[in-house]
Amino acid sequence: MNTSDSEEDSYNERSALVQCESPTIPSYHQDHDMSLPQETDTKRGRPVSSGLDEPGLVERERAATPDGEEEELTLKYGAKHVIMLFIPVTLCMVVVVATIKSVSFYTEKTSQQLIYTPFKEDPNSVGQRLLYSLLNTIVMISVIVVMTIILVVLYKYRCYKFIHGWLILSSLMLLFWFSFMYLGEVFKTYNVAMDYPTLAMIIWNFGVVGMICIHWKGPLRLQQAYLIVISALMALIFIKYLPEWSAWVILAAISIYDLIAVLCPKGPLRMLVETAQERNEPIFPALIYSSAMVWMVGMADSNNPDSGEQHLFILFFFIIYKHFSNILVLFTKRGVKLGLGDFIFYSVLVGKAAANGGDWNTTLACFVAILIGLCLTLLLLAIFKKALPALPISITFGLVFYFSTDNLVRPFMDSLAAHQYYI
Amino acid sequence: MTVAVFFGCTFIAFGPAVALFVFTIARDPLRVIFLIAGAFFWLVSLLLSSLVWFITVQISNKNSATQQTGLLIFGVVLSVLLQEAFRYGYYRLLKKANEGLLALSQEDTMPISIRQLAYVSGLGFGFMSGAFSVVNILSDSLGPGTVGIHGDSQHYFISSAFMTLAIILLHMFWGVVFFESCERQRWWGLGAVVISHLVVSCVSFVNPHYQGSLIPTYIILSVMAAWAYLCAGGSLRNLKLCLTCKDKDFLLANHRPR
Repeated sequence: MNTSDSEEDSYNERSALVQCESPTIPSYHQDHDMSLPQETDTKRGRPVSSGLDEPGLVERERAATPDGEEEELTLKYGAKHVIMLFIPVTLCMVVVVATIKSVSFYTEKTSQQLIYTPFKEDPNSVGQRLLYSLLNTIVMISVIVVMTIILVVLYKYRCYKFIHGWLILSSLMLLFWFSFMYLGEVFKTYNVAMDYPTLAMIIWNFGVVGMICIHWKGPLRLQQAYLIVISALMALIFIKYLPEWSAWVILAAISIYDLIAVLCPKGPLRMLVETAQERNEPIFPALIYSSAMVWMVGMADSNNPDSGEQHLFILFFFIIYKHFSNILVLFTKRGVKLGLGDFIFYSVLVGKAAANGGDWNTTLACFVAILIGLCLTLLLLAIFKKALPALPISITFGLVFYFSTDNLVRPFMDSLAAHQYYI
Repeated sequence: MTVAVFFGCTFIAFGPAVALFVFTIARDPLRVIFLIAGAFFWLVSLLLSSLVWFITVQISNKNSATQQTGLLIFGVVLSVLLQEAFRYGYYRLLKKANEGLLALSQEDTMPISIRQLAYVSGLGFGFMSGAFSVVNILSDSLGPGTVGIHGDSQHYFISSAFMTLAIILLHMFWGVVFFESCERQRWWGLGAVVISHLVVSCVSFVNPHYQGSLIPTYIILSVMAAWAYLCAGGSLRNLKLCLTCKDKDFLLANHRPR
């Protein structure tokens, strides 16, 4: 393992974020040949999710290891990649849970909702609530499907400049506007007096460094930190603006959609991946931001006096953003890639578990369930060696454990704690 | 109260466990994964026992306090038995997985030995068990309030913290002894683990008479610690060598002068 450590040290900002179109380095490992076709996928996914994996230089070891040790190395490096994903996922969840527990803004229920969940849930009638949450889910999923198709079409017709511009514009809004809002709420919570010039300086620096790190070059850790912060911000907005029951149904529906979109031969995401693969291009992440911006610009024209509505526009982009970044769980020479959308949805699940009352057991249970789901997904990835959806297993475990812990374990543990019995 | 109690109790309850994690497990990704898997298995066992308890409560008389307490005791015993069953299940799973990996890698040595797995899985069980027991209490200790205002014990928080510490370490020792007993086919060892777990849980029924519950728990903790140490290959001689810095293998491995 020593060689791998030194490899990591030598990875510096020059090589961190370069969108390289160079062909993959041929593997000298027999078992890694299978990952070559996915290498191109990775390059595409890289600028979005690359921050979150360590450059898999561990696999480019120059040491010529004998065959017998390969499998053991594969296992060890497989485990290492799993941990390399556990850490950012955990950090994102920690940020979201910490914010939810301290800043009450994100748990305050507001009457405004996203336009993608148009039906308002009535807390009094169970049947109607269920129906409306199903309808909201259908609306949201269809919006996502439509945007995916538009994106695939745009990509097929090579509108790259357009897409790049949108990408930059939308991440600009995220880095400046959302973080400004977040910072404002944190200051309100802790009653910190802040003047506008200082705030402007902070937000300006934060935003500009973020743009540079994400779109150009930057230290790897900083890029990873920015991607984690972005995912956390998105997840928080989602937690705030999705109605209660709709959120759970949407989580379930998104994982089913994820499964279909990635694995079905005619799935739009799969077609996107294959097209990019044919062209051997790394531009994929640009697409993630881009099509969202179209709608964002379009929506901004409508008359919306309510300032809160701005969130709705921004949210749209995030939907698409999550949508594309979420498919990619790829095991490649450069390590495992996990889309940012996955981070966002995992954090939404754990954040909602944390938002619900003061029970920490539920949050912990969901956290462990999601990590185990991720572990299983990566195990499947190592077995099947092709792009897999990252959401289904984790979200299923997360949902099962959330509902069962909330309804079954909580009363049990509360009774035990009241009597101070220990199991 | 509040912050001081919170930090104090958190460090008491989780200090040694986190130290163990940081110094022995955090560096090796495989161990971390098996730790989390162990935590998951404990969680599933808790889920099942809560389910059974919940069902029994629903069909019982909710107004009778004695019946509820009786059901709770039943729940505790069931939970202990299920935890040990899941520990056994985890052992079988690990054995199978290890054998599979061994066959796959054509190596003589497994990437992680069964003893390490015993330690790691025990600690995983311990972490989850401790966390579920004490985290809600800790978060309550942060807020305002007076402990024991209705005549309950004033030492609620600190006794919970110490009990949790004992439980976490006990789970770790139980894991080591359990796996070793399974490896050597010493079924009395298994029985001893299950019985000591039951004793520790049942002794907590006398709470808030903490002297009645904490002292036996810590006695059992020391006994299990010694047993686990012996199972892991330790001996009095090793201990002496280690403490007097004369253990040559250890010194060589750490490049220290004698």
